[in-house]
Amino acid sequence: MKFTTTLLASSAIIGAGTLAFADAHADMAKEMTLVSWGGAYQASQDKAYLQPYLEMHPELSAVWDESSNEAVAKLRAMNEAGNVTWDLVDVVAADAIRLCDEGLAMEIDADEMLAEAPDGTSAEDDFGDLLVSDCFIPQIVYSTTFGYRTDMVGDTPPTKICDVFDTEAYPGKRALEKRPINNMEWALLCDGVAKDEVYDVLATPEGQEQALAKLDTIKDDVIWWSAGADTPQLLADGEVVMGSTYNGRLFSVIEEQDQPVAMLWDAQVFDLDGWIIPAGLPDDRLARVKDFVKFATDTQRLADQSQYISYGPARLSSAPMVGKHAELGIDMAPHMPTDPANAKNTFLYNYEFWADYRDDIDAKFQAWLAQ
Amino acid sequence: MSDTADATNDTPEQTGPMLAADGTPLKRSLNRALRRQKLSALLLIAPLLIFILITFIAPIADMLFRSVENQIVSDTLPRTTQTLSDWDSESGETPGAPVYKALYEDLFIAQERKLHTRLGSRLNYELTGASSLFRKSGRGVDDIGEVFQDQFEDLNDFWKKGENWNALLGSDAWLAEISDWKKSSGDDQPAFEMREGMAELLPETAEYYEIFADFVQNDDEDNLYKEDPWALIYSALYDDLTGPTASQIASYSGPASAELTEAAAAAPAFDAVDYKTAFTEIDDDWGKTPIWSTIRAYSPALTNGYFLNAVDMQKTADGPEFRPDNERIYGTLFLRTLFMSVCITLSCILLGYPVAWILANLPARTANLLMILVLLPFWTSLLVRTSAWKVMLQQQGVINDTLVWLGLVADDSRLALINNQTGTIIAMTHILLPFMILPLYSVMQTVPPSYLRAAKSLGATNWTAFWRVYFPQSVPGIGAGSILVFILSIGYYITPEIVGGTTGTFISNRIAYHISSSLNWGLAAALGAILLAVVLGLYWAYDKIVGIDNVKLGG
Repeated sequence: MKFTTTLLASSAIIGAGTLAFADAHADMAKEMTLVSWGGAYQASQDKAYLQPYLEMHPELSAVWDESSNEAVAKLRAMNEAGNVTWDLVDVVAADAIRLCDEGLAMEIDADEMLAEAPDGTSAEDDFGDLLVSDCFIPQIVYSTTFGYRTDMVGDTPPTKICDVFDTEAYPGKRALEKRPINNMEWALLCDGVAKDEVYDVLATPEGQEQALAKLDTIKDDVIWWSAGADTPQLLADGEVVMGSTYNGRLFSVIEEQDQPVAMLWDAQVFDLDGWIIPAGLPDDRLARVKDFVKFATDTQRLADQSQYISYGPARLSSAPMVGKHAELGIDMAPHMPTDPANAKNTFLYNYEFWADYRDDIDAKFQAWLAQ
Repeated sequence: MSDTADATNDTPEQTGPMLAADGTPLKRSLNRALRRQKLSALLLIAPLLIFILITFIAPIADMLFRSVENQIVSDTLPRTTQTLSDWDSESGETPGAPVYKALYEDLFIAQERKLHTRLGSRLNYELTGASSLFRKSGRGVDDIGEVFQDQFEDLNDFWKKGENWNALLGSDAWLAEISDWKKSSGDDQPAFEMREGMAELLPETAEYYEIFADFVQNDDEDNLYKEDPWALIYSALYDDLTGPTASQIASYSGPASAELTEAAAAAPAFDAVDYKTAFTEIDDDWGKTPIWSTIRAYSPALTNGYFLNAVDMQKTADGPEFRPDNERIYGTLFLRTLFMSVCITLSCILLGYPVAWILANLPARTANLLMILVLLPFWTSLLVRTSAWKVMLQQQGVINDTLVWLGLVADDSRLALINNQTGTIIAMTHILLPFMILPLYSVMQTVPPSYLRAAKSLGATNWTAFWRVYFPQSVPGIGAGSILVFILSIGYYITPEIVGGTTGTFISNRIAYHISSSLNWGLAAALGAILLAVVLGLYWAYDKIVGIDNVKLGG
């Protein structure tokens, strides 16, 4: 009870604060284009951030554009054409770094532009390490991890990441993403490389060969996916016995569609998703976006989002507020990638490494695939 | 042309030129009339021509130009690339001190303009690690300049303030204007003007201050009058005060001459910076040759590097070389794309020919009904059709289930029909089939049925009548359909991406990857240019062998 009152009080304060801010900036644009991924994820953003914001600002009309998977290229094209029509773009952290490097995203001062935590912790401390780029405003922590068919693995379900590479114990196809990122790390881990040495090894040509050689042992049993929806479909159809994808997709297969699928959290790779503001927005649109972002990334809003999808809020202060799923009524905490029971053995996407090695390793990976 | 016209006009009895009614030579008058006609014809098509030029030709030309465009290196590092041109990349030694100093100056300006990471991404396509090297160095260059900034500021507080710098370097007229100017007034900020003589007295300082002033006034749009200068200006001032022009300081008597003389006296005793050491402290890679060879190799404004990459080669010190086997991919993909497009075209002919024949020989009403069935797939989304094939072809899919149920295939050895070449060929044949059937149908409709009857009545068997009489007349339809299907399939992208797995993908999938994911637009443009050249080449070959006049899209 007390918790709810605090919640209500804090959101009222935040609401009032935002309104006051809005009045001070009467010259905010009346239109806003948000770019996201579509599907359940965009719906969660719509319910948790946009609809409440629109209620406070009835004069605003906002539209979603489902272009996040091509955001980098489209933003670059828009920028070259001198006509950026997007106001706020949802991208994964690696893309945010790329956009920041290319000068296509605006640099952010977290403390100045983002809301404080309810207990007064500054935004910079509240987001902590997750501010991986100067342009990036994190929203969620998601993970790329494996799901498996419970009815196809016999009596001993897989518990370790290396079971993916064990085709004798777990015969059948596996779904892996058609890119080197994550797969190379998992291959090295299962080829006896220690976790903290993975990137050192992968930086050498020999290490890259080693990872590809390990992947080669299961190459004939792999179906390579390129869209996040592929693995859930392959699992649901029984086309693969296990496959990697984003944990939220697996949550939906398991809890919403009730398929005989279970999570294999071992060696899940954490990644971040968040907003960037395109560089060079006109003043009125920028004022609107700043106002919206401040609201949409506050502690309560990020916690609200977890009612709709099983991704962890990027703020430390939001974690205790994670509640139940809005429709299914199940506790969301155990489904979060950050839940202690799930996060026993995790891996953090190394942005710096992949920004450097992506082109090189991708060329080798694609050449290996085509062989 | 005109020669022959003259020759035919030169009849023996004609001596002078033939004249028109108004007395001008007929030829000229005729030409004028024709020219007017041509002009008005041109004016009529001008809107379309301009439209096509602007919306179609220009973007393609622009995109293709990216395959050789490479100004980014020399634009971002102008001084470095210039000083580096004397360096012998095969010596195995890193370049000399002036290059590192130039790098510091270029990188400082680039990081203020936030261009250095962009260059890093560009060079990372050629040299792994360049991306973080530039990001890291961008953060580090400020520290190098601050060595001098601190010493000047410790010497005299005068050097701390932007106003004082402006008073020293700005012309009096400009100073008067800028001190009155307010940002809120809405007027343009008066553009910075250098005090006369400064460019000779303090050449480097003046040069970089102009860049700084331009950046503050035009990019940042801040008031230059109150802006404190970059650390780069301090290092430039140090260079001027210890450089060849230092002796002139004594004779300078303008504003701030006291501070300048004081600084000139103190500067030789300042701690200097060894730029090379400073850079190798930021990152070891600056002390090694690969990054320098790469910068040097990609200094020119135009490069063939993208094209070399697109044919699995790379630039080395000894000229272009093939990449190691484990990095070669594009050659395979080009050949595969061609091979599979031929397979798809052939299977479209095999499947489409009988259908078109039936359509052409049925009564019009039934034919129209069946035609709707052929066109129906056109009205369904491409993605839906492709995804439907996934459901059909996968190992737990409809076709495999049926085969297992019929007992034709054992349950544990279901056929792999998708995520390989088979899947791509099946799905794309289905999707492109209407493009084969429609031209075939319209050509076949024009073949009179009486020809076949005539052939048979003259004693031909069914086969001979078809092969010798009917088929040759349908060849233009096959030609048109094949060109359509082949050219469409060679650039196809969505279907191979979804059903192609690893062995069934096309070159276009890599182009898409470089456009939307790796942002290596230069390489994508080079791959696209090669693909375009291949298609044009095949078209030319087709014209030579079969003749493009033989292609008919309709009766």
